[in-house]
Amino acid sequence: MKLNGDLIMDEQKEQNNIRNKKSLIECRGVDVFYGDKQALFGINLDIGEKEVTSLIGPSGCGKSTFLRCINRMNDVIEICKVEGNIKIDNEDIYHPDVDVVELRSRIGMVFQKPNPFPKSVYDNVAYGPKLHGRILHKDDLDAKVEKSLERAGLWSEVKDRLGEPGTSLSGGQQQRLCIARAIAIDPSIILMDEPCSALDPIATAKIEELIDELKDNFTITIVTHSMQQAARVSQRTAFFHLGKLIEVGDTEKIFRSPDHEQTEAYVTGRYG
Amino acid sequence: MSKNLSIRHRAEKRFIAYGFISLILAATMLATIIGSMIYRSIPAYTNYSIDLEINMTEISAEDEFEDINFRGIIRSSLFSFFPEVESRSDKRKLFKLISSSASYTLRDFIIENPSYINKKFYFNVLFTDDSDLFYKGYVDTSLSESERRLDNQEVAWLNELKNTGRVKNKISKNLFLNGDSREPEVAGFWGATIGSLITISVTLLLSFPVGVLTAIYLENFAVKNRITDFIEVNINNLAAVPSIIFGLLGLAVFINFFGMPRSIPLVGGLVLSLMTLPTIIIATRSSLQSVPPSIREAALAMGASEMQVVFQHLLPSALPGIFTGTIIGLARAFGESAPLLLIGMVAFIVDIPATFTDPATALPVQIYIWADSPERAFVAKTSAATLILIGLLILINLAAVLLRKRYEVKW
Repeated sequence: MKLNGDLIMDEQKEQNNIRNKKSLIECRGVDVFYGDKQALFGINLDIGEKEVTSLIGPSGCGKSTFLRCINRMNDVIEICKVEGNIKIDNEDIYHPDVDVVELRSRIGMVFQKPNPFPKSVYDNVAYGPKLHGRILHKDDLDAKVEKSLERAGLWSEVKDRLGEPGTSLSGGQQQRLCIARAIAIDPSIILMDEPCSALDPIATAKIEELIDELKDNFTITIVTHSMQQAARVSQRTAFFHLGKLIEVGDTEKIFRSPDHEQTEAYVTGRYG
Repeated sequence: MSKNLSIRHRAEKRFIAYGFISLILAATMLATIIGSMIYRSIPAYTNYSIDLEINMTEISAEDEFEDINFRGIIRSSLFSFFPEVESRSDKRKLFKLISSSASYTLRDFIIENPSYINKKFYFNVLFTDDSDLFYKGYVDTSLSESERRLDNQEVAWLNELKNTGRVKNKISKNLFLNGDSREPEVAGFWGATIGSLITISVTLLLSFPVGVLTAIYLENFAVKNRITDFIEVNINNLAAVPSIIFGLLGLAVFINFFGMPRSIPLVGGLVLSLMTLPTIIIATRSSLQSVPPSIREAALAMGASEMQVVFQHLLPSALPGIFTGTIIGLARAFGESAPLLLIGMVAFIVDIPATFTDPATALPVQIYIWADSPERAFVAKTSAATLILIGLLILINLAAVLLRKRYEVKW
């Protein structure tokens, strides 16, 4: 199994799309099953460090499923089975010795629908650092909360209402609060699952701006339905279709001159 | 189109009218029940009594209390109103007009206030239930003597006593502060209320933690397979089992097998816990399920362990539902009598219980005992006790509403 995975990996490296940049996440032959139904077929994909990779494709193509493999959120679903090899920083994250809790503390995730905890704005952001026991002093925690909110572009809007429930903010603010919550644990990777699909264009623009800033410090993988968004925020784009990775490459190339006909049909809007 | 629309509007109006009528019906029925309870309980709250002149001048402080003939003192005081009564049987009849508890209350009074020895003073003594009801107008003197509890002679005596101006109608402290008694004028529901509270606290202490932990385990940790399915079906089944079955179980297991004593609140609480557990488990599970899955996902993605997700997120959000379910279960247990009958909490218990292992009875059982008693005065006591039970249940349910409000989570 292991051997086979390595073999595929070598093959893959020659086959396509490794850029000059170092890849942080390496996926080889990832199959995902929901019960008897196979949702992903042999995905080989590298995700580069400190850049934005967007996953596009029609609904039900498996892009969200793939995203959830990276922080093992699929473990929660009982009938879901993941096979293949995913390495983060050369560490097999599906190895039996890997502690899922520790893994997830290195990966932030932002969901489709803003889902702040029913706690105060402050407690939402402070939750992660407290959970992992990284920050013990109140002053340090205050600083961490402020810094995280600032990086999420939310500080100026909420600095006077830190005690209010996070759920009382507007939709866009809630989503940025979720981003602040995710980056408060200093992850190396941030996964975003259609983070703007529930937001209006202004809020969306703010989040996109934020993603652009965050990419200097974080490796970001974003699932999106919006082609424009993929084009705007990402450096690399992967196109999924019916559980298969059809094509991956520099965003510019995918949108200008994709190798595959299906990709072209999708990005030009003729399909999907 | 407009015809269709008007039909729909009319259907809607009809539906609202039906709903309103059912509400009025339900409210009327409730008001009737409560109203009749209140009406019937009126005689229970007061008791006629008489100030007797007690002459203790012949008693010296050196006498032991056991040697003092309190009964004789009260008798002679009462007989002083009717010097013409001489035959023994008449005297006995006359003495029976006042409560047999009189001599004991006098003794207790003297033990607490020994300074009254050697003195002459007025002491308030209760009438029996029959005399009391006569004064309250519940004895129809137009009936023939054989059809009423008091004959003409007794009626004449009571009227004469009333004319002395010493007869008073006072709030019945006994009703609120005493345990059970064979004499209606002495019997009270305090013992049963305390018994109920002790029993229900045993139930709460046992069934709340066990029920909530079971629900959490089944909901978040147990592997879903046939065994857990089977357990789930059985829990739902248990919630519908008649309560008397739990009483039988308690009798067989706790009393016969483990050899615990009968009539104690500990066993009562255990039995009621068995009954309350399914309700709490079901309520807890459904409130855990009603927490949005996005919260769970958010916490998991932050690197929270399953237990942290449960205790930091699911449980706080589910608390209002858990409290409501628990209190509904407790309220049901509080009003339950059948299983308690089987484990002996129906015994005649005069003392007020103080611990989990003192023999006790419960409020619903007390109502059952009184409703079953032949004395006319217990009718009013039964209604009064029922009102107290309903009042306590209202308090419990109010607590549920307040707790719900207090812990409600806004999404």
